[in-house]
Amino acid sequence: MEMLTRTAAVLDLERVRADFPALAQEVNGRPLAYLDSAATAQRPRAVLDAVTQFSIQDNANVHRGLHELSRRATERYEAARARVARFLGAADPAEVVFVRGTTEAVNLVAWSWGGAALREGDEVVLTVAEHHSNIVPWQMLAQRTGVRLRYLDVDDEGRLRLDELDAALAGGRVKLVSLAHVSNVLGTIHPVREVCERAHRAGARVFVDGAQGAAHLSVDVSALGCDFYAFSGHKLGGPMGIGALWARRELLEAMPPWQGGGEMIDEVLPERSTYAAVPHRFEAGTPNVAGAVGLAAALDYLESLGRDMVEAHEAALVRHGLERLAAVPGLKLYGPPGPEGRIAVFTFTLDGIHPHDLATILDAEGIAIRAGHHCAQLLMRRLGVGSTARASCFVYTAPEELDRLVVGLETARRIFSA
Amino acid sequence: MTDPSPPADRAGNEPGASSPAMPSLSSLYQQLILEHYRNPRNRGELPEADADVRMNNPSCGDAVRLQLRFEGDRIVATRFSGEGCSISQASTSMMTQVVQGKSVAEVQQLIERVKAMMRGDEAAARDRALGDLRALAGVHRFPVRVRCALLGWNALEEALRQARG
Repeated sequence: MEMLTRTAAVLDLERVRADFPALAQEVNGRPLAYLDSAATAQRPRAVLDAVTQFSIQDNANVHRGLHELSRRATERYEAARARVARFLGAADPAEVVFVRGTTEAVNLVAWSWGGAALREGDEVVLTVAEHHSNIVPWQMLAQRTGVRLRYLDVDDEGRLRLDELDAALAGGRVKLVSLAHVSNVLGTIHPVREVCERAHRAGARVFVDGAQGAAHLSVDVSALGCDFYAFSGHKLGGPMGIGALWARRELLEAMPPWQGGGEMIDEVLPERSTYAAVPHRFEAGTPNVAGAVGLAAALDYLESLGRDMVEAHEAALVRHGLERLAAVPGLKLYGPPGPEGRIAVFTFTLDGIHPHDLATILDAEGIAIRAGHHCAQLLMRRLGVGSTARASCFVYTAPEELDRLVVGLETARRIFSA
Repeated sequence: MTDPSPPADRAGNEPGASSPAMPSLSSLYQQLILEHYRNPRNRGELPEADADVRMNNPSCGDAVRLQLRFEGDRIVATRFSGEGCSISQASTSMMTQVVQGKSVAEVQQLIERVKAMMRGDEAAARDRALGDLRALAGVHRFPVRVRCALLGWNALEEALRQARG
């Protein structure tokens, strides 16, 4: 709270909140406190308008019509690709493949790159903190090819064990390290740059799951040094069903297509076909053009707020949340206990009250949180819990909403001690 | 449709906090439910079980293991273990009490009554044969929690299939 008022450049939170129509509603008779942004973020009016305007004026299929609407749709689709490239710090828009989301990007890379580049006995290194979407596609690859999976542990504060990475790389069989930029449960920012340096020295590639990272951090793929980076539009205020995979051009060029269909071909003959150049080779079928337009609008919106102010706001939320939650009796927080190296995602348990019960009691107060395993069952096992509660923030989150969370937790304690 | 007036609010809501959109929390968190949650009956493992079922709720991570022993057609012992919320744990705990000594046909009837209660059937909710389970009548107003209440009962159905196997 204090930091918010002392910081020189302060986000005008009231104005930001007014940009998100979904926030201005009551739930169960209380103003909505939406603390589930790590699952999906609410969308600013600029995104809703961009999608609507595209649908009203420019809707047509891309790359095939010779008429005006198709020209416009194609232009907007490719402009969105260039916008994503700029957001990621990538020089070449052809290195950006539109996908449904991060999950599809992992599947694409596992099928296409993994299928072509990996052999039985090769190793893929993951972490125990990965989202299921960065585990299951690699397990499917392992079952097809005999590739071995290894998991890096996190320490008791939720930080990645780099010593285990070194041990894995020393074996000489690791061809890929695939990890989240930011853990969706612990909120930990993983040292991706360090991981890339070590992996590259050992001849391994690095895939970064940016589902949470892209929504909270400035991303620069060349500074990170990774080989693949993927994120989802809906985690940062864009529509659902659109996301992007960035990969180094030489990797994309060498990867076989993974889905066949229209849009991705050069010439189709009875027995075989030749394929379009990258990135279109990986975009079979009619793409989600309106989604891409909405995603570009979301990136524009975030940029318009000013990255520094967004980051200062996030840092203030981290400090405020940690301070308030630490004062709740019986609350155990998972992930880094201090404000460094983490984002404003707070995962916790409360003594004697199951997370589902917390979620129901908070819902009655208009407070939306997530309860369960957060698609990270390996991490839950590592933490020794079946399920946890998670409150997660985005650019529109107010510190007062975290205060309401704490009051709601006190209500839950009262109900369960009755 | 307006909600029938909820029972007096002893769930800790501040005055004026109850909302027309959501029934009072006290209709969900009945004393009996909290009591079973804190002191579950028949929790543990059963040596030499005739049916042994593990069931997960993959959407939330709840898990239950249910074991039954029969003599002839009747359930003579039940144990459960696992992890879950107050609703799933209390419902399963109550279930293990009420099925004790019942025949397969009687248990199947019971399962149907509980499912009817979870759909909001008020006659089912008044059925004395349900015993403590009637405390779960309020769950049907919280649709996302119905699957919590039914986890143990789905395991019971599977256990009956296994025993007949």
